[in-house]
Amino acid sequence: MISHIAILPVIWPLLMGALLLLLQKQGLQTVRAVSIASVSILTVLAGYLLNIVNDGEILVYELGNWPPPFGIVLVADRLAAWMLLITALVSAFALLYAIQGTDSDGPHFHVLFQLQLFGLNGAFLTGDLFNLFVFFEILLLASYGLLLHGGGRLRTIAGLHFVIINLVGSTLFLFAVGTLYGLLGTLNMADLAVKAAGAVDDDVALIRAAGLLLFAVFALKAALLPLYLWLPAAYAHTTAPVAALFAIMTKVGAYSILRVYTLIFGSQAGSVADLIAPWLLPLALATLIAGVLGVLASTHLRQQIAYLVIASIGTLLIAFGINTHTSIAAGLFYLPHSTFAAAAFFLLADIIATRRSEMSDRFEPGPVIAHHRITGVLFFIAAILIAGLPPLSGFVGKLLILQAAIPHAALPWIMGAMLITSLLTIIALARSGSMLFYRAQLPQAPHTAGGGDGSGSQHILTPGVSGLAIVICLLSLCVVLTIGAGAVSEFALATANQLLQPEDYVQSVLGTAR
Amino acid sequence: MEALVSILIGTLTGCGVYLILRNRTFPVVLGLTFLSYAVNLFLLVMGRLTIGKPPIIAENITEYADPLPQALVLTAIVISFAMTAFVIVLSLKAYLEMGNDHVDGKHKS
Repeated sequence: MISHIAILPVIWPLLMGALLLLLQKQGLQTVRAVSIASVSILTVLAGYLLNIVNDGEILVYELGNWPPPFGIVLVADRLAAWMLLITALVSAFALLYAIQGTDSDGPHFHVLFQLQLFGLNGAFLTGDLFNLFVFFEILLLASYGLLLHGGGRLRTIAGLHFVIINLVGSTLFLFAVGTLYGLLGTLNMADLAVKAAGAVDDDVALIRAAGLLLFAVFALKAALLPLYLWLPAAYAHTTAPVAALFAIMTKVGAYSILRVYTLIFGSQAGSVADLIAPWLLPLALATLIAGVLGVLASTHLRQQIAYLVIASIGTLLIAFGINTHTSIAAGLFYLPHSTFAAAAFFLLADIIATRRSEMSDRFEPGPVIAHHRITGVLFFIAAILIAGLPPLSGFVGKLLILQAAIPHAALPWIMGAMLITSLLTIIALARSGSMLFYRAQLPQAPHTAGGGDGSGSQHILTPGVSGLAIVICLLSLCVVLTIGAGAVSEFALATANQLLQPEDYVQSVLGTAR
Repeated sequence: MEALVSILIGTLTGCGVYLILRNRTFPVVLGLTFLSYAVNLFLLVMGRLTIGKPPIIAENITEYADPLPQALVLTAIVISFAMTAFVIVLSLKAYLEMGNDHVDGKHKS
């Protein structure tokens, strides 16, 4: 049993997804219970796996017992287990929010949700480049369904753009994978690392081209600067739990960048070493600035949060772009923070938009909403978290990144961009907060305006507080991250050390020293 | 042979890219299809072009066709087939909801 632990996080959601498909006729309550139970077990599994790999062990699972590099392997190291845990936690809260009613807007929400987790977990665990492509497709296909869940014109158009751009990305991925296979004759990532380092001179240019093509694909998933335009519309127009879950989707791109460019094209890869070093940091800085400009220019709260996701990806990839032990560790600390904070903010935005009824989340003075005090306080906390003000985890994360940037040659740029964008984020969020809460008018106004369906607006204006409770839980995860910052950053540093010593990974997979 | 296949892949890719940049959903879907044809051919020839060679390693055979790209192409075909089906349905949905087939859902531009 214990030797199969590495495949359980992949196979479990697939089985549960299939089971949920069979349970559809048993009614929504059964489906919800099974779905929640599945994600809870997944969270426990991820925590258990993290506990196992925490001592630096790298679990290698040979599918079908085919020895690598011939068969596909799943590899669970610290980074993979960390990503699994973050995914499981975010998805658990997104799902808890979804069962408040979002899931009944259309069929198969829970099935798609489990399949999305199947794709995500597989992408984090796989040790094979083509298998990574397959898991990307699985998570994308599930995400198309989730994105369109509930329907609506804006959602359809945003979904169409999302699907087309990702299909183009998939094609590029296949071109890159094909080129690498044609030149190096392998697709196992550990074996690719060995073969790429020892590539003959004639092939180096083509390998570099394939590596950069892969970078373009991952940058598209991560929403890096020239390739982020699909994100704001897609995230702003989908349902709240899906947007919250998608907070982890851009991190898949960031994860792939970190994995592939430390393992295959890392600093010890000979003639293809440090392939993306000249690109990543400038693009990440530009992404951060563009994201924050988008935050300033947003006219809707959800659009603003979507741009905040882009800005957080910029910050995260700045950390990865500095490419030292401490900076990658800082990035790995910032990653869960930004995921939880963005997820909480998306849910909160949905709560606000629902309560403002026809005003939705537009930045215009609207009615005083139900539970406006607690909602306002939560907005304030989420804004502090995302902007990176003390005392919460956003501040710790940004501080760690800035500390790690001190020895770097581009320090003025990094420092300038991160501090100025933090200030601009605070300004933008203060402006939206005061528009949504301070400038709210008496509750009579919307009643007269939307008096046509009295029962409907009555229902909307007095929603339960369970949605708020879920936001509080997600935000308190960030508080836990702040309190446990010492332990988490220690773990992140150990993860970064493991990543920057790919020999261990290669040796675990191939069983031979590099 | 190599030149012919390369020109074929290049032409398919070029047509695909051109069609993807069109502003109606149908040409875009066709463009995606062309691109996936191109990439499937590309994957296939990445195992090098061989004619009449067995794909299975056996004794007293030194030259054989690489079976792995064929497996990869098979996977890629299945995935791109499913994706094409999905994007066609989605385009139809967009067309029915918007009343036109512009990729941004706009009226004639």
